[in-house]
Amino acid sequence: MRQALTIIAALVIATVSLGARDDMRVNDAAITADALPPLLSDYGFFDDSPDRPSRTLIRYDLQTPLFSDYAVKTRFIYLPTGTRMTAHGEGLVEFPVGAAIIKSFAFRQPDGSLRTVETRVLLHRASGWVALPYIWRADGSDADLRLAGGRDRVSLVDDAGQARTISYAVPNRNQCRTCHQRDEVVMPIGPTLRTMISEQRLDDAIDAAPYDARAESVSAWRSNATDYSLDQRARAYLDANCAHCHNPHGSASNSGLFLEYMRPFGMAVGAWKRPVAAGRGSGALDYAIVPGDPAHSILLYRMRSTDPGVAMPELGRSLVHDEGAALIEQWIAAMPAATPPTGAAP
Amino acid sequence: MKHGLTAATAAVLLLLTSTAHARVIEVVAGEGAQTRLQEALIVAEPGDVVMIGAGTFELTDGLSLDANGVTVRGLGMEQTILNFAGQVGAGEGLLVTGDDVVLRDFTVRDTRGDGIKSKAAHRIVYLSVRVDWTGEPRASNGAYGVYPVESEHVLIDGVIVRGASDAGIYVGQSRNIVVRDSMAVENVAGIEIENSYDADVHDNVATGNAGGILVFDLPGLPQQGGHAVRVFDNIIVNNMTPNFAPVGNIVASVPTGSGVIVMANRDVEIFDNLFEGNGTSNIMVTGYRYGAAPAGYSPLPARISAFDNIHGRTGFRPGLPGGAEMAAAIGGSLPPVLWDGSGSDISMRDGVAALSLGLADLSQPREAATPAPVDLATPVTWPRLPGVTLPASMEAAARVP
Repeated sequence: MRQALTIIAALVIATVSLGARDDMRVNDAAITADALPPLLSDYGFFDDSPDRPSRTLIRYDLQTPLFSDYAVKTRFIYLPTGTRMTAHGEGLVEFPVGAAIIKSFAFRQPDGSLRTVETRVLLHRASGWVALPYIWRADGSDADLRLAGGRDRVSLVDDAGQARTISYAVPNRNQCRTCHQRDEVVMPIGPTLRTMISEQRLDDAIDAAPYDARAESVSAWRSNATDYSLDQRARAYLDANCAHCHNPHGSASNSGLFLEYMRPFGMAVGAWKRPVAAGRGSGALDYAIVPGDPAHSILLYRMRSTDPGVAMPELGRSLVHDEGAALIEQWIAAMPAATPPTGAAP
Repeated sequence: MKHGLTAATAAVLLLLTSTAHARVIEVVAGEGAQTRLQEALIVAEPGDVVMIGAGTFELTDGLSLDANGVTVRGLGMEQTILNFAGQVGAGEGLLVTGDDVVLRDFTVRDTRGDGIKSKAAHRIVYLSVRVDWTGEPRASNGAYGVYPVESEHVLIDGVIVRGASDAGIYVGQSRNIVVRDSMAVENVAGIEIENSYDADVHDNVATGNAGGILVFDLPGLPQQGGHAVRVFDNIIVNNMTPNFAPVGNIVASVPTGSGVIVMANRDVEIFDNLFEGNGTSNIMVTGYRYGAAPAGYSPLPARISAFDNIHGRTGFRPGLPGGAEMAAAIGGSLPPVLWDGSGSDISMRDGVAALSLGLADLSQPREAATPAPVDLATPVTWPRLPGVTLPASMEAAARVP
């Protein structure tokens, strides 16, 4: 399976790499200086179009991506000449100062084309990571920094082929931080050895024993059950979509609901866990997960809501991810039903 | 709007370069308020004041402040209104994650989720801000009005909250907390101190809530073992608004007509308060009775004392299940003190009657209650709490006119 994914990824990379000019240079100073470059072109990551990335960018893909209203995301890593990434600990990747992570959000259009709306950059400066959102102009020639975020009407075709229109929310710089923080320090979320799909050029840029670290690779959520169990796929989905906040060091640390892939299933993962600060987000339900009973599980209720104040994740989702919710429903339904742990009713 | 930095921000940046420090960034109401206000909150640096002008700011998304040492100030809670009735995104109206922030003199209205949340925002000061939901109290209102969590040193002073479908003023998983001179009106819980250490709640008015002031500790959270909370000099009256919390939340089980409820905390002092018109009871002490407690969590109340409180009419309309029958059995109304029977060192010395439900074992269901008068006027054998002292910088911020 991994082999197949690697080949697909390689083909995709070959395709998107075609357009860039050979002489395109990334502007290292734009990444490392204190300023907030007003234009995406200031960095030299793209050659006048989101479809023409610099050849110096290393494309990567994730086994299980975060759902963002059916956006099609392309992700790149930029490393200054002569530098490398290192992997340590639980497969976390360390980037040298001067590195950047570049992620573009595109939406499938009715004619099959992709319209790129936004490119977010994470810049590794000496002072730490800085997250900035850039919005592409209608003609695709460049993208402008939008510190305060904002909203745009965007039409798209979802994974089931259905046309939709959304109010696309560009996160403001602080909201970038909401997800990208660990103990209040801004960090990349996606690229870890466990979550990145192995690819030669990527592996070559990391000092590690990547294949060892990938023994615990996070499952692809959409794989069929013969590759990964239902439990693995559901937990991979929750890891990618929830655990950036729902971990003991993240923005939702106070909730006590922790959804990282490696955490053993139990109350902290939601089983028979009562809501703490959910308010009407509880949907009149008593527990985050009632094993065997998805209809009475707050987790699924909030995934299926688009109402701000109820919907989870709080940022970056205005549509229900039907396929993801279906996976979690199947997962909860397959758990052995049981009665709540002993104790009187309230 | 379309092209990154707006003209307004450019103007702000120019203004910023012209002064050396402690700059004032002014934001006026009108077109593009969302973007202009958010940009001001992003460019603000330590020492800066974001001054929000008069009028109603129509906002569609949550605002956030991540910088340290910034004051966000309006012209007064009647003059500066941040209106979130048209909110389409984010879990709260304003999210603060910076330290040493002062929020003062404005109103946050009709947010879809919480009003103002501050997380790991140490030494935060909420001063004369109001959070409200217009219309009748209802379950579709946001959960918390002001919501500091995971913070060390919290001051809530002169705050007004109305209509929260959970707690109006909620402090969670924090330590060293003062809530004073504030009003909580027509929320499910007026003021709630949850999973927190060292709190003084004093000189507040809690009225028209389902429950006036809650001191709770819940299992399964990073910070547990709530303790050292003093509730004093408060007016806790007529908390008779029918509980309108969404079912499933702990506060949904707060009986309408509750004054102060202490759950699973230790070292709590309740004194010099005025209670009147709370139809269930004035002071209720209980263990955590909502299921098995995980290891490391103490579900029992311990060292809870009450003294020198004034008790007016109470117990006339019991809001807890079986309460009416209980009241009928003991002469028509419930006494000012109710205890579930669990825990230890419960010392109620107000000279008023107390009723125990006799449920010492937390796994006993309510139906097993054996209500009986109980004498809890036992002397205290443990030391008084020292009270909370906040960093001088916070008290100084609260004194700025």
